[in-house]
Amino acid sequence: MTSLPVDWLEKDRRKLRVDASAFSDKVYEALTGACALVVPALVVAIASAIFVAAWPAFAKLGLSIITTSDWDVAGGHFGAAPALFGTLVSSAVALIIATPLAIGVAIFLSEFSPSWLRQPVGFLVDLLAAIPSVVYGLWGIFVLIPILREDVMPFLRDRLHLGATPFFSGPAYGPSMLAAGVILAIMALPYISAVSREVLMAVPRSQREAALALGATRWEMIRDAVIPYARSGIIGGIMLGLGRALGETMAVTMVIGNRPEISASLLAPGYTMASLIANEFSEATNDLHLSALMAVGTALFIITLIVNAVARWLVWSVARNRAQ
Amino acid sequence: MKTARSRHLASGTMIGLTYLAAILATLPLLLILAHLLRKGASSLSLAFFTHMPVPVGEPGGGMANAIVGTLVLIGIASAIGLPIGIGAGLYLAEKKSTPLAYTVRFLSDVLNGLPSIVIGIFAWEFLVRPIGHFSALAGGVALGSMMIPLVTRTTEEMLLVVPTSLREAALALGYPRWRTSISVVLRTALAGIVTGALVAVARIAGETAPLLFTAFGNQFWSTSLREPIAALPLQIFTYAISPYDEWHRQAWAGALVLISIVLAISLAARLATRSRFGAPVD
Repeated sequence: MTSLPVDWLEKDRRKLRVDASAFSDKVYEALTGACALVVPALVVAIASAIFVAAWPAFAKLGLSIITTSDWDVAGGHFGAAPALFGTLVSSAVALIIATPLAIGVAIFLSEFSPSWLRQPVGFLVDLLAAIPSVVYGLWGIFVLIPILREDVMPFLRDRLHLGATPFFSGPAYGPSMLAAGVILAIMALPYISAVSREVLMAVPRSQREAALALGATRWEMIRDAVIPYARSGIIGGIMLGLGRALGETMAVTMVIGNRPEISASLLAPGYTMASLIANEFSEATNDLHLSALMAVGTALFIITLIVNAVARWLVWSVARNRAQ
Repeated sequence: MKTARSRHLASGTMIGLTYLAAILATLPLLLILAHLLRKGASSLSLAFFTHMPVPVGEPGGGMANAIVGTLVLIGIASAIGLPIGIGAGLYLAEKKSTPLAYTVRFLSDVLNGLPSIVIGIFAWEFLVRPIGHFSALAGGVALGSMMIPLVTRTTEEMLLVVPTSLREAALALGYPRWRTSISVVLRTALAGIVTGALVAVARIAGETAPLLFTAFGNQFWSTSLREPIAALPLQIFTYAISPYDEWHRQAWAGALVLISIVLAISLAARLATRSRFGAPVD
């Protein structure tokens, strides 16, 4: 009988402890949930910040912001078509250069590399992604541009007679669409090759062995049995690289020449949406100017959002297939 | 019909081309590092780390304030990005298939791919425009926002590697869920999470675009987080596009310092995971 109150006490204490841990579990869940909610909140905040700020320009100028090509701050004309053009062309040049290289490296690393080379080469290529963009820009200004101007551009234009086409005609400026494309290619390369390498490594061995058993050469094995299996993942990697190239700001601003004109020649200077914002934002003179820059930012946001979403979806679809 | 010989020739050629691609792809990195070392090292001196920038024409001068500024910005960004990112990573690893988890996963990846200048605009809109002046805080928030999705995804990935049996064992011993998560699961995955955090820091340490209209840069020491602050990448940018040879030399020296910081962090990240995989898991 005397022990009864003690039992009660003990019971109460146990119940308390369970209650306390249930409560602390709730707190813990709420905290981690709140952290997770920050991510969608951030996306909404970013989107609304630039949409709201861009609205006055869209209301006043409509789509002429991205369809006309006269950017005259004093005259109140804001046509960013040359910047849109420059963004698309410089990224396209980058992909044309980077894609074969990146896929080549990925195939080398996943199929042919001696095992002692695999780690260091993979590491060196990955490190390209770690170099700050302003360092790429610095290198572009003082090393790449002189080489392009003195050697590469005259070679392409005169020796290879590509000057006959509009794409390589005209005087060889140093800062140019070509310089931007080359820098962007180097910067996009690690992203494309990392994803490609991963999906190539995920192709089952049986796929390769079957091709070889049917008498395929090693290259035919890659072409007919491995790459088709990894195709959508590789395309996803290319899209990721494209997303990087489209939004890249500093390096491009430093080497593209920042001239808001549309020229077919890659040897001529150009402009991109990101560099337009970077150059003019902190010196925007009036509200409409600022808002027009925000509108350019909105366009850039939407383009990269779509490209990234598609890229993720493609990479995920490969990962899902692998899991099945 | 193709002969066996031509098929093998084609195969050999293509394999040779992948070797060539590997050489060409590693070349830019080696070239950039070589140029940085050659041009940067000759301009680097003790004064570079201890002196302030000097006006054009005066010899000497350094980037002491920019180096400190970059460290301050990294500090603010980490204070924001790491706890939120790790918390969100914990949520993703524990509530794998709630609708919120799918949304957060997808949006993290999308945020990771967003141009950094857009993040800069966002921070400007919320923290610079209403207040009326640039600030270190706005720069730190911009960089921190970039860290969140990166840390979220790597934390989740590292937590998923932890065997379920560990979690079950802790729960069976009567640990509450939150203690299981923090002192068993999180601790097991710590090395990997540290790696993820370091990778995120390395990535934002060199960012310039989001700082252009948030931290803005400063030729002097900043005494408050509500003032504009100098940053190494901003200083390199300003000096690189200037017309002065002396400033170009300073830019190279700054770039060498910046890349040393970034590579040191990247290397540390690599070593952290290596020791994790080196350790026996039982």
